[in-house]
Amino acid sequence: MDLLTTPFHDAISPVAISYVLAAMGLNIHFGYTGLLNFGQAAFAAAGSYAMAVAIVSFGVPFLPALILGILAAVVLALIMGAPTLRLRADYLAIVTIAVAEILRLFFSTSFKQYFNARDGVSGFTDTFRGWNPYSGSFATFNRNDLWVMTVGWIVVALVCLLVFLLMRSPWGRVLKSIREDEEAVRSLGKSVYSYKMQALILGGVIGSIGGFVGALGLASVQPDSFNLDFTFIAFTMLILGGAARVLSPVFGAVLFWGLLSFLGVALSMLSGSVIPDFLLDNTRIGNIRFAAVGLALMLLMIFRPQGIFGDKKEIALDAR
Amino acid sequence: MHTRHLGAVRRPHPRPPGPRPGSHRLIALTSTLLVLVGLLVAGTAAIAGPASASAACSGTPIDKTVSGRLVNSADDGAPVPGVEITVTTCDGEETTGETDDDGSFSIEFPAPLGPVKVSIDPDTLPDGVDLREGQATTNTLTGSLTQLSTTFLIGPDDRNIETKWDRVPGLIYSGLLFGLFLAMAALGLSMIFGTTGLSNFAHGELVSFGAIASFLLSSVAGVPFLLAVPLAVVLAMGFGWLQDSILWRPLRKRGIGLVAAMIVTIGLQFFLRNVYAYITGSRTETYEEYFTPEGKSFAGLFTYTNRDIVLALISIVVLGVVIFALSRTRLGRATRAVADNPALAASTGINVDRVISLVWIAGTALAALAGAFIGFQLGVTYQIGQLVLLLLFAACCVGGFGSVWGAVVGSLIVGVLIDLSTLVIPSDLKNAGALLLLILILLFRPQGLLGRRERIG
Repeated sequence: MDLLTTPFHDAISPVAISYVLAAMGLNIHFGYTGLLNFGQAAFAAAGSYAMAVAIVSFGVPFLPALILGILAAVVLALIMGAPTLRLRADYLAIVTIAVAEILRLFFSTSFKQYFNARDGVSGFTDTFRGWNPYSGSFATFNRNDLWVMTVGWIVVALVCLLVFLLMRSPWGRVLKSIREDEEAVRSLGKSVYSYKMQALILGGVIGSIGGFVGALGLASVQPDSFNLDFTFIAFTMLILGGAARVLSPVFGAVLFWGLLSFLGVALSMLSGSVIPDFLLDNTRIGNIRFAAVGLALMLLMIFRPQGIFGDKKEIALDAR
Repeated sequence: MHTRHLGAVRRPHPRPPGPRPGSHRLIALTSTLLVLVGLLVAGTAAIAGPASASAACSGTPIDKTVSGRLVNSADDGAPVPGVEITVTTCDGEETTGETDDDGSFSIEFPAPLGPVKVSIDPDTLPDGVDLREGQATTNTLTGSLTQLSTTFLIGPDDRNIETKWDRVPGLIYSGLLFGLFLAMAALGLSMIFGTTGLSNFAHGELVSFGAIASFLLSSVAGVPFLLAVPLAVVLAMGFGWLQDSILWRPLRKRGIGLVAAMIVTIGLQFFLRNVYAYITGSRTETYEEYFTPEGKSFAGLFTYTNRDIVLALISIVVLGVVIFALSRTRLGRATRAVADNPALAASTGINVDRVISLVWIAGTALAALAGAFIGFQLGVTYQIGQLVLLLLFAACCVGGFGSVWGAVVGSLIVGVLIDLSTLVIPSDLKNAGALLLLILILLFRPQGLLGRRERIG
């Protein structure tokens, strides 16, 4: 039964919600605006670290700490966007991937009195858990998980609604036309740079909210949860669901997380019994799972860039 | 409307990165400064450490000895004799001694378990000899050893500043060495970008390929190292050819967009990195041969090894040959023609696919050779690619994407910069210096130092 229950558990767990939100942020960047952000992990990291450190080290109350986390994501978007958004798509990709990696190193090696190196920050969940109305556990989830999931999925629904409304608005149409033809938008007198920056900020903020949910679910913030794998898994989820659709990152993320978890469970069942341990220990199971993610991303991009629900005409393959 | 495709014609873009509204530049500058300040603060924070002392005093007294030597830095390290030193144990017992002609003191005393205080009497110092500023007259020693040692600093502090500057020649040397290795990989990245327009995010993994293949061939298969590296490079050529023919050529034929192609390279990077991790069991290995060569001092400025000199010479020769070939041979000229305008090159009878295939072969071989050498410095690990990728992109951006000399110059600058940056920031974060340089270059000279404007878009 593990083969079914564990993937189901993982697919709707708090961690999955954080990936859903990360993928929705990427959808704003890549799906709607055509920006290539390879550092979504940086937004989630900046947001959740700012929130956690504000609460633990500076005694900021929970809700203002969330606002600080969002501000951190905004500042990060400005840092990443300012030098690159006037240039070709590659440059944003290069700078985002670099910032994400440096930020992770920064959190794991500096300011140890605040960030606690690789152990990460914990002890910031008291207020949030104090509001928990649930008293018992349900299925494989304990009451804290249930509370994070309730809030998390409500947030996902709200963000979906927001994205839906924004993309119907004139503002959203400008974003989509930037994706299609930047020069045409510029010739209409719109400031492409400013719209791109707004899109980068919005998507980054959604990513940082994903970081909050993940942090509350795990009750800790650790630098290694924000490595490059985070971004690429979110990217694969987005492409699988189909970019530039409101609900597809949600669906893609849940499906993908379930599949990834299934692969993990199946492999660990095989290890030790069918396949000898030196070929398939726990670390190597992780390697195979992530190698499969990379392969899936390549194959999707080559054979079905529009994913399950997307429209091929709407995929920003020629975005600058 | 103009779209960009992999390996298709790239027209010079009509919009050069010209003057911008001041406010945006201001925002950009402020944010860059923010990062800079953050890094500096991080650097100072990492230096401060906790201090603690226990005050317990228990157990039967045992004989202990405290010893040390007083020298005067104001007098070129001359010994300071006749200074009274007093030891106070935690239960209040005092024992006094004096430094001899050699400036040494050695005081025996019975002490129970607990901290020991050693004080110097400043009045007994010779005339004109003073304790260093900030040196207390009492040192508190903790720990249970019977042989304790301590010292009091005398004379002005002239060494700390000197040691920091002493490191500079060594850091420049190690930075240039790393920069040379980086240059080979960056040249490959730049060539692939030049001919196909693709920013290859999997290029770091081609560097890892060289290190891991050299390690597997030499330490696992038992091939002598001097043969293993050339073999790894040959394997890399095959890998480059294979990658182009089964992945990139079909994609070029289908006219895949550049952004889609970049996402494919990211997928490939992710795939390869995890395959390497699987093969190496996520361990960091070291080569068995030539791993710990004898260090030699160069005029007292820095330490070098014969191995490093040989590696540097090989890198310089390889770089020279490739650059010469690109500028002087028929094939090199064909490569540059394809880089400039593939359609025009094709119409003059150049086989564009063959040229691009060769560029992939050469680029992968260069990356692998760089990786084999970098394996000495970073260890052989699947993470080499991830560590190097940022530096490669920084080098190419600084020098100018698609420019041959730009890749070399950019690599040397990045190599020296990251090593020198360890003077001010913790060495764990030294790659952040490359990121800062990358951001600054993109803000103020996005085409890079040697790049052409129209390559930027």
